Amino acid sequence: MSGLAILIPVALLMGLSGLAFFFWAMRNGQFEDLDGAAQRVLIDDEAQSATAQDDDKMDEKHDKA
Amino acid sequence: MNAVTKLDAAKADTVDNIVSRFAVPAIRCAGCISKIENGLTGEQNILSARVNFSTKQVAVSHLPDLREDAIKHKIEQLGFDAQILADNPLAEEKGGTDKLIRALAVAGFGMMNIMLLSVSVWSGAMGTTRDLFHWISALIAIPVIGYSGRPFFSSAFMALRYGRTNMDVPITIGIILATGLSLFETMTSGAHAYFESVVMLIFFLLAGRVLDGMMRDRAREGISALLKQTAPGAMVLDEDGKTRWVTSKELRPDMRMMVAAGDNLAADGVIEKGASNFDFALMTGESEPQHKMSGDLVLAGTLNLTAPVTVRITAAGEDTSLSDIARLMDEAGQQRSFYVRVADKAARYYAPAVHSLALFAFIYWMFAGVGWHQSLLISVAVLIITCPCALGLAVPAAQVVASGALLRKGVMIKDGSALERLAEADRVLFDKTGTLTLGRPVPLNLDHLSLRQKQVALALAQASNHPVSKGIRNALLAGDITPANLDAIEEVPGEGMSASWSGAHVALGKPVKLEDHLSCQLTIGDEHFAIELQDDVRPDAVSTIDRLNQLGLPGTIISGDNAASVAKISRAVGLTAQASASPQDKLHLISKLSASGYKVLMVGDGLNDGPALAAAHVSIAPGSASDVGQQAADAVFTSDSFLPVALAVQTAQRTMQIVRQNFVLAIGYNILAVPLALTGMVTPLIAAIAMSLSSLIVVGNALRLNGAAK
Repeated sequence: MSGLAILIPVALLMGLSGLAFFFWAMRNGQFEDLDGAAQRVLIDDEAQSATAQDDDKMDEKHDKA
Repeated sequence: MNAVTKLDAAKADTVDNIVSRFAVPAIRCAGCISKIENGLTGEQNILSARVNFSTKQVAVSHLPDLREDAIKHKIEQLGFDAQILADNPLAEEKGGTDKLIRALAVAGFGMMNIMLLSVSVWSGAMGTTRDLFHWISALIAIPVIGYSGRPFFSSAFMALRYGRTNMDVPITIGIILATGLSLFETMTSGAHAYFESVVMLIFFLLAGRVLDGMMRDRAREGISALLKQTAPGAMVLDEDGKTRWVTSKELRPDMRMMVAAGDNLAADGVIEKGASNFDFALMTGESEPQHKMSGDLVLAGTLNLTAPVTVRITAAGEDTSLSDIARLMDEAGQQRSFYVRVADKAARYYAPAVHSLALFAFIYWMFAGVGWHQSLLISVAVLIITCPCALGLAVPAAQVVASGALLRKGVMIKDGSALERLAEADRVLFDKTGTLTLGRPVPLNLDHLSLRQKQVALALAQASNHPVSKGIRNALLAGDITPANLDAIEEVPGEGMSASWSGAHVALGKPVKLEDHLSCQLTIGDEHFAIELQDDVRPDAVSTIDRLNQLGLPGTIISGDNAASVAKISRAVGLTAQASASPQDKLHLISKLSASGYKVLMVGDGLNDGPALAAAHVSIAPGSASDVGQQAADAVFTSDSFLPVALAVQTAQRTMQIVRQNFVLAIGYNILAVPLALTGMVTPLIAAIAMSLSSLIVVGNALRLNGAAK
């Protein structure tokens, strides 16, 4: 019985922190561009000066993926 | 992650930068994202650029002295077509869905925690433990209901205030009664509290609302990416000879604006200096350019094709000739707002039936002598068990799956009510130019040209904004032709393009209108060749019209074009036609058909179709349509093919079938469950199981629509 006094507050706190995290994520625009996030993984950081050739390479990589 | 937003914090703090948005439909891969973001952030005066891949938009944060059209030009230099996005008129209600998602998250949190406690009560917790658990449930449930229930409470309150009733009235009554009774049970150490049922009810109903809202947002974002903002502003020539950029909103009569070739006009006006060809396609839907010179009237939204002109503004903003059509559309759209959605229609019968059943149960058990407490418990159980979950979830679930399936086929449906009205349509009216046809001239005989001739033709065509040049250019680019290297390219208004190519005179003459096609002459030295062009019927137009006929929608053409060209198309697709129809004629025909009981589907694109699109029971516009057409229409299809029109109607009809099945499922479930509730055998456990089961069945049935758009 005494376990409940700890377990219930813990369960509630975890639920509340999950809720708070979700609210933060929404406000922060994490769900604004879901498809874009998937594409951005493929961008190489070195390819800063994206020329047409880099672009083609990117497309190939994209196709293979 | 990627160093894309090089926002210089110190710089951003000291200067008040502004954010402009651009639609860039050609963003297709990761390469495009990095190319645009890196290309723009390197520029002076641009603080940061962020691509939104889902909506195909770029948000650029820049210093105020950098003009929007300069940024647009930079994006175009990077190799992407861009459109400046104004404050989007369709995005007004954005944010509503976010609120609903928050309410849903809170309800989900409450539901899970209360369920945790309820399960232990159902597994046999007794005495003080049960009371404690009920109290904790109450403490979680009451704020959750207060927060997540607001959308229903406020909607029910609004309806009651105007003496109407809607879906939310029975929901609100059910929620309040069940919460109040559970609270009373908790205080008096009763055996049954219904907190988890109430929160679960709110959760499922909110899920339905969220789906509905997400579907609307998705379509609106898609359509706003297509909108071609006619002109964000103009270069205004002041008295002292200086020029400055003035936005459309701030343009006033008697200002003089300089319009370069390739620019849209931002206001109505009279040409003061210069002469040029103007593309009136946005106004009339007809693609043939008109020649205007000094003293002629030109209208906002038309495209200056060939030469720079100076225009003295006669009317700007709300006073332009566009406003007449906007007024017609407003009036025409009025009657559509009287449309009652299917869920509300069902609620009209459902709510009184459920309420009298609960009242009947209460009165019966009072007479049976079990006391008011037990009687009230039973009648609340009836209310909970008959909760309109199926109505609240079944309709949006079916519609969101169907609209997702249609979106993959290139049809964007603006909202659920559009799908419902689309399923009811039993007549269809087509506009001709731009709707049944592609609305742009397509060259017919390019195959007869030699490679050399093609290269010269492409080089000449790509230097001009004329629709004929664009048609030739697109066809040649599709054939992987590289342009020849020409010198001294010149566009002579009303004559065509000319240039010199390794010393030889080359030219692409102005198009000559023949009986049923255009012809324009390509000259290379002494050689002459006539390129023939035609505004072709959309692919699949005939099979689409056949399919619509099979679906129970016979069609007619109604066009503003002359009888001869309408007759040709009407023969090609096998439909009767009415030619030379003004916007008022189209409106008149639609009201005549509606008066005799038909539900008209209007398919049109031009500004002149706007009123008809707004007045029809339901309407569809192609993605190439004018902004006005796309905003008035209920659905927009993006492909060249005409088939999406038939797919949309077919999917809408299938959706309504599924919705009707879901209603039958819901009623069947009630027939089983209500006797249990009436006899007082429903405990909170049974209510919770029944509620989630019926919602799952209804959603599962809706998922069958995933492959409906075939």
